[in-house]
Amino acid sequence: MRFKNLQCRECQRKYPAEAIYVCEYCFGPLEVIYDYENIDISRESISKGPLSLWRYKPLLPVHTDSPVTIGEGLTPLVRAGNLEKELGIKELYIKNDSVNPTFSFKDRVVTVAVSRARELGFDTVACASTGNLACSVAAYGKKAGLKTVVFIPADLEKGKVIGAGIYQPHLVGVKGDYDQVNRLCGELAGTFNWGFVNVNLRPYYAEGSKTLGFEVAEQLGFRAPRQVVVPMASGSLLTKIYKGLKEFEELGIIDEAGTRFFGAQAAGADPIAEAVRKDEDIIRPVKVKTIAKSLAIGNPADGYYAWNVIKKSGGYAASVSDNEIVEGIKLLASTEGIFTETAGGVTVGSLKKLIEAGKIDPDLSVVIYITGNGLKTQEAVEKSVSKIEEIDPSLESFKETCPWAG
Amino acid sequence: MAKVKIPQPLRNLTGGNNEVSLTGSKVGEVLSELEKEYPSIKERLRDDEGKLRRFINIFVNGDDIRHLEGEATPVSDSDEITILPAIAGG
Repeated sequence: MRFKNLQCRECQRKYPAEAIYVCEYCFGPLEVIYDYENIDISRESISKGPLSLWRYKPLLPVHTDSPVTIGEGLTPLVRAGNLEKELGIKELYIKNDSVNPTFSFKDRVVTVAVSRARELGFDTVACASTGNLACSVAAYGKKAGLKTVVFIPADLEKGKVIGAGIYQPHLVGVKGDYDQVNRLCGELAGTFNWGFVNVNLRPYYAEGSKTLGFEVAEQLGFRAPRQVVVPMASGSLLTKIYKGLKEFEELGIIDEAGTRFFGAQAAGADPIAEAVRKDEDIIRPVKVKTIAKSLAIGNPADGYYAWNVIKKSGGYAASVSDNEIVEGIKLLASTEGIFTETAGGVTVGSLKKLIEAGKIDPDLSVVIYITGNGLKTQEAVEKSVSKIEEIDPSLESFKETCPWAG
Repeated sequence: MAKVKIPQPLRNLTGGNNEVSLTGSKVGEVLSELEKEYPSIKERLRDDEGKLRRFINIFVNGDDIRHLEGEATPVSDSDEITILPAIAGG
């Protein structure tokens, strides 16, 4: 057995690998414990694996040989030459995870969580979501043939409501912000025997994010990047990318690179970045206010762990305003041809700030994680797109509006 | 009597009750009553220094007490106090 226990990250108590998510003793989060001695994985086995993130299956907490998959992962890692010039750095890559089956990185965690849910015998999967997770759980729930219940804040962007609703889940709009949706789902998870992917399946779910560490290393020719910039809401993604790189290092798949971790947050929801800047390990919950709804978490469950990775890796964190988020989205689109959602604007905006502040070394490699698709948050950039030049269907009319042509 | 909602991981300490009614005019007083009635709950909620553990969230009528006055947050008989562990993002 590659894994059979969960363990509390705080007090180290062990639990069986079932659908439990907090330590009964101290309420700390539980994490899957692997028996690394019994894990058989190498550069060669990975390279021969399926063209999805399931090529890393030995390091994922699922036993089944037929996971619930829609071809998630193995998204492009693109060298960003134009953005390098614009920002004055030497080696920049974009991990474009906006092209997953439901257009965000959440498919990585959901393929693992729903596969595990089916393995544990649940007939219903559910989630609390800021939007992207809703889309993903709705899709994978249907693919798995399970009943699907999705909870979102009632005021979510249209692109995400449609992106989830098209799969015909039971879609619930909660009047409140994400932290309130989350609180409600915490209560519901104790009431119904459902697989809540980010509540009672969280230890399995979160492991899916490690594949963003594995994949980037593989795509760089089995080496770790020297610096990464990761968007943060709950802080889970950053923590798991770190874990993914560490596992690869410890299994000898890559050399140790001392990767420095940089966190990116929206200014109206930045309790982790604030703690990094103040250099104190207390994450103070905030009332959120930002256009980056996918990052609008005021009470980050993994905040302390993300803070810890940033600190011990020698990284830093930035937060960006709504205006800087929109500028970040425009900058990425107009230099690299990648249209990202507001969370990606946060990441690009933070990259720029961290370079300007001298926190990121311009001579060493940088990977930024773009986790969601721009078509889902069109409201944010409606006023920032090219204006349509209306013309008559004639050559003259076109020449009038486009004097530089020919 | 304020109502206190008990999360699933603690219900084995409250005889399976998911809701307990307790007296007290502040959150801290109500929690002390809870700890008196079910003594084994105290070490679950508090660390060695008596502070609420990092991963425990307490809400009064849905609002996190860290946004209010912490354990000094006033409560009345009609208020509902919810104890919940922190939950991951989504």
